[in-house]
Amino acid sequence: MKAMIRGNESIAYAFKLARVQVVPAYPITPSTLVPEKISEFIANGEMNAEFIPVESEHSAISAAIGASAKGVRVGTATASQGLALMHEVLFIASGMRLPIVMGIGNRALSAPINIWCDHQDMMSARDTGWMQFYAESNQEGLDLGIMAFKIAEDPRVLLPAMVGLDAFVLTHTVEPVEMPEQKDVDDFLGEFKPNYVILDPKKPATLGAFAFPEHYMEFKYGQWIAMQQAKKVIDEVFEEFENRFGRRYRKVSGEFMEDAEIAIVTMGSMTGTAREFVRKLREKGEKVGLVKITTFRPFPKEELISVLKDVKVVAVMERNISHGFGGAVYAELGSAFVNQPSRPKILDFIVGLGGRDITFKTFEEVYGVAKKAIENDVDEVNWVDVNKEAVLKAEGLL
Amino acid sequence: MNYENQEFFAPGHGMCAGCAAPIVVKWVLKLAGPNTIVVNATGCLEVATTPYPRTAWRVPWIHVAFENAAAVASGVEAAARAKGEKLNIIAFGGDGGTADIGFQALSGMVERGHNVLYVLYDNEAYMNTGIQRSSATPWGAWTTTSKVGRANPIGELRPKKPIARIIAAHNASYVATANPAIFNDFKKKVEKALQTEGAKFLHVLSSCTTGWRHDPSKTVEIMRLATDTGIFPLYEIENGDIENMRITYKPKEFKPVEEYLKMQGRFRHLLKNPEYVKKLQEDVNAWWEKYGHHYKK
Amino acid sequence: MSMEVITRGGVITEPGNSVENKTGSWRVFKPVINYEKCIRCLICWRYCPEPSILKIDDEETKMNTPAPKEAMKRLPVVKIDYDYCKGCGICYNECPVHAIDFVREER
Repeated sequence: MKAMIRGNESIAYAFKLARVQVVPAYPITPSTLVPEKISEFIANGEMNAEFIPVESEHSAISAAIGASAKGVRVGTATASQGLALMHEVLFIASGMRLPIVMGIGNRALSAPINIWCDHQDMMSARDTGWMQFYAESNQEGLDLGIMAFKIAEDPRVLLPAMVGLDAFVLTHTVEPVEMPEQKDVDDFLGEFKPNYVILDPKKPATLGAFAFPEHYMEFKYGQWIAMQQAKKVIDEVFEEFENRFGRRYRKVSGEFMEDAEIAIVTMGSMTGTAREFVRKLREKGEKVGLVKITTFRPFPKEELISVLKDVKVVAVMERNISHGFGGAVYAELGSAFVNQPSRPKILDFIVGLGGRDITFKTFEEVYGVAKKAIENDVDEVNWVDVNKEAVLKAEGLL
Repeated sequence: MNYENQEFFAPGHGMCAGCAAPIVVKWVLKLAGPNTIVVNATGCLEVATTPYPRTAWRVPWIHVAFENAAAVASGVEAAARAKGEKLNIIAFGGDGGTADIGFQALSGMVERGHNVLYVLYDNEAYMNTGIQRSSATPWGAWTTTSKVGRANPIGELRPKKPIARIIAAHNASYVATANPAIFNDFKKKVEKALQTEGAKFLHVLSSCTTGWRHDPSKTVEIMRLATDTGIFPLYEIENGDIENMRITYKPKEFKPVEEYLKMQGRFRHLLKNPEYVKKLQEDVNAWWEKYGHHYKK
Repeated sequence: MSMEVITRGGVITEPGNSVENKTGSWRVFKPVINYEKCIRCLICWRYCPEPSILKIDDEETKMNTPAPKEAMKRLPVVKIDYDYCKGCGICYNECPVHAIDFVREER
């Protein structure tokens, strides 16, 4: 069934179709519409769930842990500062191996305060032990939202998952989607049955114990193993989803890559623009390809190496920065390749922070530098579309 | 069904010898029975009772972090409601995890009216990290962050935060102060709280031999003195009706505050100055002047 | 049925297995109940923090344990579980009839 929905609604519909039973959530731009839509579904009798209008995001994720530990399917949504406020509890949710799913409206972090799109929020949470998926479109947000439950709840995994949708570009933009039927999602997900120890007076257990050095590291290794298992489970779920719903997802998707000398790597909504840019260049005979990363955690090392190993230059375009080094995708991709016998030159392009538009002009600049890099030395980390002169003046360097 | 002869809190835990918190916990659980889930904030109780792989808890128990017991309990409660299950959900937090860092989550839980009993075991400082002051530390108490010296002969300079009244002002269904040493009153209040729907808050005094600096054998005696001197009054407030709070216990004869102070090392410095003892006595007298009429036999 | 060494998420599925930790080793002083004086009021049982005072309600123990008055023998007997007693002395301090001695542990 076709529907016209905003990205926020795709998360809300994913929760509705997945029959989420508890949604603790707090409003924050741009994810506010998710709890609003959930509240609407419940008020209309369309969704049989408890909505908790918590008093902060920290309490949202805390209540999510409480509900998940009680043995129900849980979902929540946040963005930016809200995700940052949750930070200490994110590690706990993963350490406690609870399959919570969270929608993220990828938004810049203060300071300065900014409500528009970038990936700093979710990138800054990549160490928390949560699986991470980036949606290119509202359809992807909806599908990944549904799949996230199946992957997270798999007894081989039992890790929480985040699904990111770009602020405003996706969250607030109406796009046509194919809305799965409730009974098909029921068949796909099955009835929720916690594959983990829960809070149950009939079988009293202690959750969240205090671990001494003798044991703590084993619990961390358990999460590590779960992430390794997740690689396999994600592929299985992506395949099953295609069989049932007809849409194919991959951890890493290569397009126009056959004889590419330059590969542009993207995540999220900028992929759509990238695709058009690359298509146009290909028409002109340029040997350029596009690699989209959908799954960032677990990091799809094998898939990225496989699709990128034969290119000359990789141009990573990313909407996040770790000051003093570079972007996260660049860092991890470089690390993935460092011991490989065949490795391309990897360049970092910091783009689109704080909602700065990523246009064909941005891509042209990126491609220009990447092409130059084939034969020449260029800067490894490049900030694109930035008024560098004004900044250097402000910093007293001009 | 009466579970008073069962133990839902097992020995072998690491709480200090003479700690009052286990006394509070074992009785709350006896009165709640096995159809109970406990949510515990980080602190002495949580750390000393669940060193992996051992646990003292014979009911389902969850600990998440320091400041969010009330939020976690809200989630547990919502999940129980989603499944139509009836059970006791009890949150335990110390004064730090409840009145300070835990305040926001507690305020939210009570405001939303979750059917949870929150039990504050108040030992009047951050004891688990080594006796630092909290908003529940009373005026004049020594702690490691309200130290006594030449420039500050008093110690803690701020009065104790009236957390029970603050929570009552949220229109919680039932709020009470309680003292395990005044046992029948404590027992009645726990039972009443467990039978009430909505958000309930029990502020329970819990003496700390290590932090208050007293002999462990004196734990119950000191707690009794806290109330018999009038320093820790026992009252209850229903549905936020603070004007009609009920003082549920009044000692036949108030003991002088000095008797309470001199049993604890944390107040030893106050005894050196009769002005301080006088001020404390006046504070207590003033409270009873103002609120004493709320006691009805 | 014993738990595995490592569980997922660090959950503990054996409720109350803290009993494996015999905290009686903490004691310096030891409470000893003098049954000739014990009026079986249960105040010590009420306040023991571990808890390491047992309330024994079977007829044989009740009848065969001494009591200051025969009529008290219908009441449950309290017994200290020295495996866990930390020697805090609360029972000794609270006993209304001073029926509990508090003596240095012989080791």
